[in-house]
Amino acid sequence: MLRVDLSPTHTHGEYKLRVGKPLPFGATIVPGGVNFSIYSRHATSCELVLFEKRAPKPCAIIPFPDEFRIGNVFSMIVFDLDFENIDYGFRIDGPFNPEAGQRFDKTRILMDPYAKVIGGRDVWGQAPDWDDIYQHRARICFDDFDWDDDHPLEVPVEDLIIYEMHVRGFTKHPSSGVKYPGTFAAIREKIPYLKKLGVNCVELMPIHEFDEFENSRLSPVDGRLLVNYWGYSNVGFFAPKAGFAATGKFGMQVDEVKALVKELHKNGIEVILDVVFNHTAEGNERGPYISYRGIDNKIYYILTPEGYYFNFSGCGNTLNCNNPIVRNMILDCLRYWAADYHVDGFRFDLASILGRDQYGAPMHSPPLLETLAFDPILGKCKLIAEAWDAGGLYQVGSFPAWGRWAEWNGKYRDDLRRFIQGETGMVGVMSQRLQGSPDLYGWLGRGACASVNFVTCHDGFTLMDFVSYNGKHNEANGENNSDGGNDNYSWNCGWEGESTDPAVNKLRAKQIKNAAALLLVSQGTPMILSGDEFGNTQWGNNNAYCQDNEISWLDWDLLNKNKELFEFFRKMVNFRKVHPALRSRTHFQNKDYMGSGYADITWHGTKAWNADWSATSRTLAFMLCGKHAKEGKAKDCSIYVAMNMHWDMHGFELPKLLKGMLWYVAVNTDAPSPQDIWDVGEEKKLGNQGEFLVGPRSVVILTGK
Amino acid sequence: MEMESKYSISCNQGIAKVELCGRLDATNAPALQDELKKLAGQSISSLVFLAKDLEYISSAGLRAIIFAKQKIGVDTQVYLIGAQATVLNVVKMSGLDTFMTIQDNL
Repeated sequence: MLRVDLSPTHTHGEYKLRVGKPLPFGATIVPGGVNFSIYSRHATSCELVLFEKRAPKPCAIIPFPDEFRIGNVFSMIVFDLDFENIDYGFRIDGPFNPEAGQRFDKTRILMDPYAKVIGGRDVWGQAPDWDDIYQHRARICFDDFDWDDDHPLEVPVEDLIIYEMHVRGFTKHPSSGVKYPGTFAAIREKIPYLKKLGVNCVELMPIHEFDEFENSRLSPVDGRLLVNYWGYSNVGFFAPKAGFAATGKFGMQVDEVKALVKELHKNGIEVILDVVFNHTAEGNERGPYISYRGIDNKIYYILTPEGYYFNFSGCGNTLNCNNPIVRNMILDCLRYWAADYHVDGFRFDLASILGRDQYGAPMHSPPLLETLAFDPILGKCKLIAEAWDAGGLYQVGSFPAWGRWAEWNGKYRDDLRRFIQGETGMVGVMSQRLQGSPDLYGWLGRGACASVNFVTCHDGFTLMDFVSYNGKHNEANGENNSDGGNDNYSWNCGWEGESTDPAVNKLRAKQIKNAAALLLVSQGTPMILSGDEFGNTQWGNNNAYCQDNEISWLDWDLLNKNKELFEFFRKMVNFRKVHPALRSRTHFQNKDYMGSGYADITWHGTKAWNADWSATSRTLAFMLCGKHAKEGKAKDCSIYVAMNMHWDMHGFELPKLLKGMLWYVAVNTDAPSPQDIWDVGEEKKLGNQGEFLVGPRSVVILTGK
Repeated sequence: MEMESKYSISCNQGIAKVELCGRLDATNAPALQDELKKLAGQSISSLVFLAKDLEYISSAGLRAIIFAKQKIGVDTQVYLIGAQATVLNVVKMSGLDTFMTIQDNL
């Protein structure tokens, strides 16, 4: 039956049209056709431009009749489109007055900000046609993936163990042994590995469509092409990167991502997306017209009074996140990923920008962050902020949270690095970091899991490089080693770079284990950088954002070579999963509220019950009472962690357990593998229950049962 | 010379066979989907797609197959027989191969 409300009322050439629905924005398949809708407050007219897929010239330019505009929204239904085989865009006219913030250019073909599929970079690294008048092309998306009964896993945040990875870098190296290297499909092939390691959450570095050719240049060092490899630069917010999909050339990247999420969920692994709302790939006034600049420059960007682009992102422009229109776009975007892709959470790059107002000033109660914290669709999503930006804001511990936002705890990273290298004056702050940083998050109900603890992430050294280099070596980036952070708090253990000295390598392995052990016994949510578990190296490059080669691709041959490290990580991850005392959502109360005879946490040093908090101390220990696990709601044994960051061994007097209970050693980073860590249930009973000799620069973990 | 895109459906003792030829994409997949819907309620235990002459399948084509399985019966087994390498690749890469059993021949 042909419905009256779905039949054409206008024609344009051979195309049949009807007034469209203003919502939802973007392109939506409706019976018989496609509904197109786009917003522009300052536009004077708008045209829909259609291409046959990949064709150099449009096959149709259809003006939106004025009677199809409601308010500032142009919408139209076009019937009988071969929607699998077209690209669409818009040409928008309006004032060109840069000082007033207006940069309309009706000769440009603009991508739909709500494009759910984007073409133009379908295969990674395939040089585009630079003469193409429409480089990043919006395409139409099918909405009918069969999820079966899949849904977001809603793993309690305190039980999460996050694994940060770059989609391409994870499997691109030939040693990965996968069928479709560098793709979403390949991650599926590695699921058995992820399960073996034991992580239950992958955080994917940006997977939205971006242009790897942005800022591409030849390396002055070896002539190889440097590209936008990390992807912190949005072309589109709603579309997955075709170049990361094995099926990108067939246009099936949406299915491939969804299939990946579904398969990960089936194996108990959550998916967090790294999202970049602080800037777009359009750069400043010298950058390209991709979309936003030509659609409504003044709305999408924070502009100076003279009409230039504020640059709080360090990348040329700053998205005007708290403008109501842009705020709604961000909300629509996140809701779309949560609902249509079943994503479990988001990590927001340079999130402090999301708290700036339309003039760039930081806000006390930013509407966008509040909206996201209370949004019903995002209600069970993890929200993690990288709580700083490139414009001077540093909000670790003070990010506007409403009890919902967690933060990348940069202080955890810095303090732990300095502590394990034996710096003095660190025991006090370490006591805070190990407890989920109550000094930062113990207020306004934020809790221990507001702290995402990490020692490494994509920014900075890998864990192996952190123990192998005193300084960064980014010459390959072609910026005279001036890029990348300088405050790495790294120590090369006696030799700069790769070494054949067994003593150096033994110390490096131990330091890696120390970092892993402390990370995984800390309250809060731990995050591991992919590849650290087998000692992946970038040869000292701490800012490999442009290296699409063996520098940043994980070398899976190291899994064999560094089996000892992998086994340590695997067992340490398992240790954390088995012991609920390590995974509390709330901070410790420092008292015995369960009547066990011990407070939930107590501090010790070389003397039991007496930590050495002095400025020169390099030793510290703590004990968790198993009866207080998860505020008494879970049962666990007692756990004692001794940390000796001095270069001499020290005897640690052990606190006495209740009658009938004994101490067992679970981890001793000073012992040679495989005695460095025991599987749960295989821990070794201590002969001497009164004291443990902790080796130099070592961590010992005991269980009391 | 490009093969003519067509399909033919036959049904026998609970086994529905669909012979595919040429292309299966957004132009003809909806029609195939409609035809397959008619099999609903006919207790089909197996839905067998004979794909040796199928040269190209798009996401719309793949989804018609999966949709049919859902419509015809949750317990219906879907088979993809004799698919050419290009078609098989797309099926496997996109992850949609988890819905069907892939064989070289019957």
